[in-house]
Order: sequence, then structure tokens, then C-alpha cells
Amino acid sequence: MRIIGLAGRRLAASIPTLFLILIGVFLLLQLAPGDTVDALMAQMGGGDAATAHELRKFYGLDLSVPAQLANYLWHLVRLDLGFSSIYGKPVATVIMERLPPTILLMTASLSFAFFFGLVFGVIASRAVNKWPDTLISTLGLIFYATPSFWFGLMAIVAFSIYLQWLPAGGFEDIGEVRTGIFRIIDIARHLILPTLTLGLIFLAIYLRIMRASMLEVLNLDYVRTARAKGLDETRVVTQHVLRNALLPMVTLIGLQAGTMLGGSVVVESVFSLPGLGRLAYESVIQRDLNTLLGIVFVSALLVIVVNFVVDLLYARLDPRISAEG
Amino acid sequence: MDAAKRYFRSPAAVIGLVLLLAVIAMAISAGVLYPRDPLALAGRPLVWPFTNPRFPLGTDNSGRDIAAQIFYGARISLLIGGVATVIAVAIGTLIGAFAGYYGGWVDNILMRITEAFQTLPNFVLLLVLVAVFGSTLTTVTIAIGIVSWPAPARLTRAEFLSLRNREFVQAGRTLGMRDLQLILGEILPNALPPVIVYASVVMALSILLESALAFLRLSDPNVASWGNLIGLGRDVLRVQWYVSAIPGIAILVTVLAVSLVGQGLNDALNPRLKSR
Repeated sequence: MRIIGLAGRRLAASIPTLFLILIGVFLLLQLAPGDTVDALMAQMGGGDAATAHELRKFYGLDLSVPAQLANYLWHLVRLDLGFSSIYGKPVATVIMERLPPTILLMTASLSFAFFFGLVFGVIASRAVNKWPDTLISTLGLIFYATPSFWFGLMAIVAFSIYLQWLPAGGFEDIGEVRTGIFRIIDIARHLILPTLTLGLIFLAIYLRIMRASMLEVLNLDYVRTARAKGLDETRVVTQHVLRNALLPMVTLIGLQAGTMLGGSVVVESVFSLPGLGRLAYESVIQRDLNTLLGIVFVSALLVIVVNFVVDLLYARLDPRISAEG
Repeated sequence: MDAAKRYFRSPAAVIGLVLLLAVIAMAISAGVLYPRDPLALAGRPLVWPFTNPRFPLGTDNSGRDIAAQIFYGARISLLIGGVATVIAVAIGTLIGAFAGYYGGWVDNILMRITEAFQTLPNFVLLLVLVAVFGSTLTTVTIAIGIVSWPAPARLTRAEFLSLRNREFVQAGRTLGMRDLQLILGEILPNALPPVIVYASVVMALSILLESALAFLRLSDPNVASWGNLIGLGRDVLRVQWYVSAIPGIAILVTVLAVSLVGQGLNDALNPRLKSR
């Protein structure tokens, strides 16, 4: 219970941050050339000034900036993100439609990066400065320096064009209707390359942190005690070292949540996945500022939620944290 | 001198330095080797690499020399990476220094702002900035600087927190030095080394951010940038995949070089941490 209270307090503390972001970005977008009405008129193929005036009045864009901001925040409290003139739907609906592929992609990439980062990190730390360590560390450095979109393109060339093993893009096969397990398999096949692409840089970061953290924990006294009482290396690592060495990895999930969301903008564009990141890109291109602001809100919210979950996980891994609170 | 000796003892750091110097040499020699505009038409489109001695790396979709674009792209990447890093580190140290030195409500407000910047995904904020201010070389560089300052700010703040009550600072205070003198003249020089090492990470990330932006065609289209070329090559990816492949390798090598140099500096300046 105490854990939840502690994490809850941190969650409450992030609400002002959320408003700070929204107000900041709202004011920033006021500086943007053109507003929703301009975008709308351009879609309609132009119109006269009177129509534009009417539309501005309709959308409340003729009010002063503070009034508009107050209006926006008031609607937001009721979870109303406004209306997207480009998609002809409420922004909340547009975002909800696009959220599942992004969440799926992020979860898959995170699991991939976390699991293999952990495994490679442990292997490297067990053979420090020998060839497995050198190999893994070098690969980590190269993965870290690889631009994700480029890796994605090269993966498409190799696996979709030449080998024709995996689809080059999209979320599922729209050619035929599938249901149940076949649909799941189809979506999974479509997500393999995007997951690897997005996860690669995080794999590099995780394995580096895991290696360093393992080396640090392996030198602590309690590990020596465990060895001294006759436990074999495998048990020392899995039962004593791993849990403590995992703490920095878990912290990193929270720190990297935003970066991952940003990375999905690029990856979703490479693989034409209909996700939140692609929506962000499209709304910049189409000057759909209402949707862009909605995405800012949702992505900040997502980062805050991930951090909340990380707090809970952290307290579970390290009981001292909730005891001190 | 000790630090330099330690630096050159690490093979990874030396490789990084050599690669970085090579990229810098490319950037400097671009104008001499390729006096013509790299974005001007040079020959037939889509010539494969190593087939025509005039175009060692081939030509792109519209017949522009890829080698020339790679050389000029080194300029753009280093320029954007370098300037954005200076901007990010300058804003970051300033905010971190004031937050760490004064503490209390100043720290509270500044850290709230930093937190806000960290909660919003970098790349999403970058998209917003580009949507608002357009995508010229200058605006893109400044925008990358603006999204990258929170990490250096946190680092500087932590350094200031540990330094602000040391004897030499108290001595300065007793001598009647003003806050600004203490911050800039006394504490900052001591707090700076880790921040400068961290700048290599900021620079690597800035280069990656710019190339991603350029790939999405949201960066300046009028300069020869590696990201632009990858984005262009995407249209002919099916057969002429080399148009995208070559500039990607250039980005990889540059980012790798910057990270290796940064890590080498870190190990050389903090020898005790080297074993990790």
C-alpha cells in the first residue's frame, strides 16, 4: 500500500508538469504560420474572407489567446481534445485509433531490448575483457551509432526485397480478411522488422548499463559471502546479483520512454505503420495543429504513466525504497 | 599530460579519434575536391558505385554525384551537431548552475521546467518546433539545441550541488565575491569537465536527430545532408538500395567516432572509473 501511495504522490506531482507542457506548446503553436481554418480552407479548395471569419468564430479562433487557452484547458479537463479538421473527427478519436499499433510496437521493442540487453550484459560481464565481452561491447557501440531509419531501410532491402521473408510495411495484410489467431500471426509478422529497428539502439544502451551494473554488484561484499558459503556461480548470478543489478535497467525504462516514443515517429514512417508517431508526422505536414497538440498531450501522458509503472516495479524489486518513504 | 597518455593507450579511443579526424578532413576538403555545387546535376541518374571512375560512389535518382554529397554532408552534420551541442550545453549549464547554486524555489522552478522538457518526447517537441518555425538550417540547428539541454542541465546541477559548499567557495564568499562571480569564476570551471565529456553524447544524438529529421524531409532541403540523401534513396530502394546505404554508413561512422572519442576522454579524465 505504501508503495502505491509513494508512486501516487509522484504521479500527482507530474500533473503540474503536464499543464506546463500543454501551456507551453499551446503558446508555441500560436506562432505557427496558419491555423486550423487555413488548413481547412486549403482542403476545401479556398474560400472567401467571410467564410474564413465564420469558421474562425465557429472554432473559437477569434478569441484572444488567453481565452483560447482557457477554453482548450477547460475542454481538456473533460477529455475533449478538440476537433481535427483534416480527419473530420474529434482529435481524441483519431488518436485512439492510432494508439494501439504504437503501444504494441513500443512494448515489443522494449521487451526485445530489455531481454537481450540483460542477457548480453550478463554474458559480457561474466567474461569481462575477454573476446565475448569485446564482441558484445563493440556490437553495442555500433548499434548505438546506427540511425534507426537507415537500419529499417536496410532490413527491408534484405528481408523483404531480396529474401522476401517478411512484409516491407503496414500493420496487417489488407488484401484478405483474417480473424483470430491468423490475424495475430499476420500482425506479428508485420511487426518483426519495426520492433528490431526501434529496439536496436535501446538494446545497445541496456546491454551497456547491464554490464556496468553487473560488474559493480559482483564486487559487493554480499556476493563474496554467497560465494564463500559454497553457492555455484549460476546461483550466485541468478539469485543474488541479478535482482540488484536490474535496478538501473528499470530506471532506464522510465528515462527512455520518451525517447522511444520519439523513435517510433521515424520507425512508423519507415514501415508505414498507422500509429501515433506517423500521425504526429502527418499532422506536421498537413498543419493539423489541433491534432499535434493532442499528440503532445497523449505522449506526455504516456511517459508519465510509464514512469508510474516503473516506480511500482522499482519498489517491488527493492523493498528498501518503500520502507524509507 | 597523464590524461593524454591514458587516452592514447586505449585502442578504441584512438580509432575514434582517427575516424573523427577523417570526417573532419572530408568536411574541410569538400570544397577543393568538389568545387561544383553538390546538388547540381552531374551525370546520368542511378549510376552504380564502382562502375564509372567519374562517380566512385555512383549517382542518385536525379543524377547528382553521391560522393560529393557525402563530402558536403560531413560539413552539414558536423556543423549542425557542433552548433546544436554548444547551444544545448550553454543553456543546460546555465540553468543547471543557477538551480544547483541557489537551491530552494529557484531550483524548484528550474527543475520543473527541465522535467517538462524531459517528459515531452524529444522528437515530438522537435516536430512541433519545425512545424512552427520552418525548416531552414538555422532553425533546425537551434531546435535540436533546444530539445537537448535537459540532460546537461541535470548533470551541471548535480555538480553544483556537490561543489557549492566546498571550502574554496566559502573562501570566495568570505572575500566578498558576488554570486555571479562565484558561479562563473569559481564553481563552473570545476563543474565543467564531466559536462564537456557528456557533450559528446549530445553531439552524437544531435547528428542522429538531424539525420532523422532530414530523412522525413523536414530538414533543410537545400543543403547536401546525409539524411536528405537517405530519404531520396528510399524512392529507389527496391533496386538501387546503395543510394540510401552509403550515406547511412557515413552517419554511422561519424556517430561512432564521436561516441568513441567521448568515451575515451571520459576514461582518460576519470581513470578510477575505467575498470567499469
